[in-house]
Amino acid sequence: MNAAPAAMPTRPRYFTPGVWVVSAIALTGAAALAARYVLGLGAVTNLSDGYPWGLWIAIDVACGVALAAGGFTTAFIAHLVHREEFHPLVRPALLTAMIGYTFVALGVMTDLGRFWAMWHVMLPWMWQGNSVLFEVAICVMTYVTVLYIEFLPIVCERFIGRVRLPGPLARFNGLADSALRRLDAGLGRVMTVFIILGVVLSCMHQSSLGTLMVIAGPKLHPLWQTPMLPMFFLLSAFCVGPAMVVFESLLAARSFRLAPETEILGRLARLIPILLGVYGIGRVIDLLNRGAAPHVLEGSAASVLFAAEFGLGVVAPFALLLGQRARRSTSRLFLAACLVIFGVVLNRLNVFLLGFTPPIESAPYAPSPAEYAVTAGFIAMMVLIYRFLALNFPVIEGLKEVRS
Amino acid sequence: MSRRDFVRLTGACAATLAAAGVAPAGGEAGDLDADRRGVLVDLTVCIGCRRCEWACRNENNPPAGELHECDDQSVFRSRRRPTSTQLTVVNRSPGPAGGRPVHVKTQCMHCEHPACASACLVGAMRKTPAGPVIYDASRCIGCRYCMVACPFQYASYEYDNALTPQVKKCQLCGNRTQRGELPACVAICPVEALTYGRRDDLLRIAHERLRSCPDQYIDHVYGEHEAGGTSWLYLSDRPFSELGFPTLGSSSPAALTEAIQHGIFKGFAAPVMLFGLLGAVGKLMHAPKESP
Repeated sequence: MNAAPAAMPTRPRYFTPGVWVVSAIALTGAAALAARYVLGLGAVTNLSDGYPWGLWIAIDVACGVALAAGGFTTAFIAHLVHREEFHPLVRPALLTAMIGYTFVALGVMTDLGRFWAMWHVMLPWMWQGNSVLFEVAICVMTYVTVLYIEFLPIVCERFIGRVRLPGPLARFNGLADSALRRLDAGLGRVMTVFIILGVVLSCMHQSSLGTLMVIAGPKLHPLWQTPMLPMFFLLSAFCVGPAMVVFESLLAARSFRLAPETEILGRLARLIPILLGVYGIGRVIDLLNRGAAPHVLEGSAASVLFAAEFGLGVVAPFALLLGQRARRSTSRLFLAACLVIFGVVLNRLNVFLLGFTPPIESAPYAPSPAEYAVTAGFIAMMVLIYRFLALNFPVIEGLKEVRS
Repeated sequence: MSRRDFVRLTGACAATLAAAGVAPAGGEAGDLDADRRGVLVDLTVCIGCRRCEWACRNENNPPAGELHECDDQSVFRSRRRPTSTQLTVVNRSPGPAGGRPVHVKTQCMHCEHPACASACLVGAMRKTPAGPVIYDASRCIGCRYCMVACPFQYASYEYDNALTPQVKKCQLCGNRTQRGELPACVAICPVEALTYGRRDDLLRIAHERLRSCPDQYIDHVYGEHEAGGTSWLYLSDRPFSELGFPTLGSSSPAALTEAIQHGIFKGFAAPVMLFGLLGAVGKLMHAPKESP
C-alpha cells in the first residue's frame, strides 16, 4: 500500500499476473454457471427442502446488495450534502454499485428455478403487494436502471470530442458527438432527481432485505430474529458503504500504482464510528429488549458467530477508527474497513444462512463446489469488469491524468 | 435546472413510485368462507398403516405401486419429511416404555393466513376462501421464498427438474373435493383417523372429544391457533412437541411482516417524504455556496 509512485506516465496494462488468476476464477465460475443452467439446481447445488436458500442468496444477493452501499452513501454525502472534497470518491463508488447490482440481478436469476419466468415480476397483474420480496425486486430493478442512468454522464465525458466510429460509420461521428452532447446536457439538468431517487430506493430495499427474513420466524436464531431487522440492515448498510469506498479505493490505488488517497478516505472514515456506534447500541438494546441477550453466552455455534460478527465487525473497527491515528495510517484504515466489511458479510450470512434452522430435521447444508465456483466466479467477473471500465472511462481521478 | 423543473420532476418521480406501490393484495385472511374445509387428525386412532401415503401418491404421482408395500415398517426407522413425489408421510414416535407408538401424518397444514402466500411476490401461492392453499405453477418464478416462509417447512421443490421445477405440496385434492369426493388420504383411511369437513365443525368435534374423554387426550388442538390457525387439526395423547410438531405462536408469521411492510410503505408516504427531505437537503446545503 505504501511507497506507490504518485502517477505513472503510462496507463497501467489490463493484464497482470494477478488479473490472469482472477480470469481463471471467472472462467471456472462460468463453467459452473453453464452446468447450473443446463443440468438444473439439483445437479449443481446442495440446496434442499430444508434449506431452500444457500450460498448464492446469502453472498451473491444479500452481501452483494450491502457491499454496493458505497454508491448511495457517497452520492448522498457528495451530491446532496455537497461535501465537495468527497467528489473523487463518487465515481468509483458508483461504478462499484452499478457492477455490484448487475451481478445481484444475475445472482438472483441463477438461483431462480424458473429463471425464464423472471419477467413475471414486471407484470402488474402478477404483483402481490404483501410480499417483502416483491418490494425488494421492484426496488432493485428500478435502482439498477437509475445506476445506469447515473453512469451515462461518464460515458458522455469519455466519448464527447472523441467519437471514432469504425469504417464507413465514421461519417456519423459528428452526429453521434452532438447527440452525446445533447444527452449530457439533458442529463445534467435532471441528474439531481436520479441521485435522490437512488438514495430513496437504496434506503427502501436495503431495509426490506432485512424484513425478508422476519417471516422465517423461529427458524432464524433469536440472536438475529427481530422485527428490527429492517432498521439494522439499513444502519449496517450505512456503515459498510464508506468502508467499501475506503477498501476499494486503497485496493485500486495499489493495483493501478497510484498514491493512496488516505487523507480524504480518513475524513470519510470519521463517519464510520458514529454509524457503527448507533448500529451497535441499537443491536444491544434490541437483544436486551427481547430477552435474547442470554443467547450471547450460550456457547453454541450461533453465539460464536454472533461474537465474531459483533466483536470483530462492530466493536473492533469502532475502537480502531475512534482515534485519529488509524484514520491517518493507510494500513490501519484498510484494516478497519476490512473489519467493517467482515462484520456486515458475516451478519448477512448469519441472517440468511448460518442462523437458519428448519423446524423439521433436515440434513445440514454445505455449499457444493459448484456453488462456491459460481460465487467466486461472479466476484472475479466483477473485478475484471471494474478494471476494464476504470481503465477506459474517467472514473478514478488518478487515472484521468494518466490517460490524457 | 430551474426550480420549476425540479419540482415537476420530483412530482413525476413521486407519482411513479406511488403507482408502483399500488398492488393487488393477495393472500389476505379476511375473505375466508365461513364453511371452509379442513381435516381433523386423531393421533390416538391412527395405526400407522401408511395407506394415506399410497393414496396420495396414487392421486398425485401415479403409479403408486402395490398397496401392500405400505406394510413395510422399516421406513419408520428414520424421521421423514414430505418430498416432491410424496406429499404426505407418516412418522412414528416410539411410545413411553412399552406404550403405544404414535404415528403422525404430515403434509401442508393449509394455514388460515399462510406465510407462503404472503411471501410469494407473484401470487403463485394463494389461500382459497374454501380453505386449501393452492400453488399456481404458471405464475411461479422459482425463488423458493415460500419455503423459507413456511413455519412448518413442509413444501418441497423439484430441484432435479432443470427447466420447469415446481413447488410441491398437498393441495387438499381440489379435483376430488369438487366432485364431492373426500381427499384421497381421508377416503382410504381404514380407521377413520382423518375427518374431512367444515373447519368450524371439526373444531367443535375436537373439543367435544377433549371434553368427553379428558383421560385419552392432552388438552390441546394443534392447529387451532398455531401460526394463526391451520386447516389441518390434530388431537393427541402426547405433547405435540414430543412428536416433531414445531412449537409456534398464535399469530401467522405473515402478520408481523405485513405490518412492517405496510407500516413503512402505507400510501407510499415514507418514501415520498424521504424523497422530499433529500431534495430539501440538496437545495439547502447548496444555498450558502451560491449566494456570495
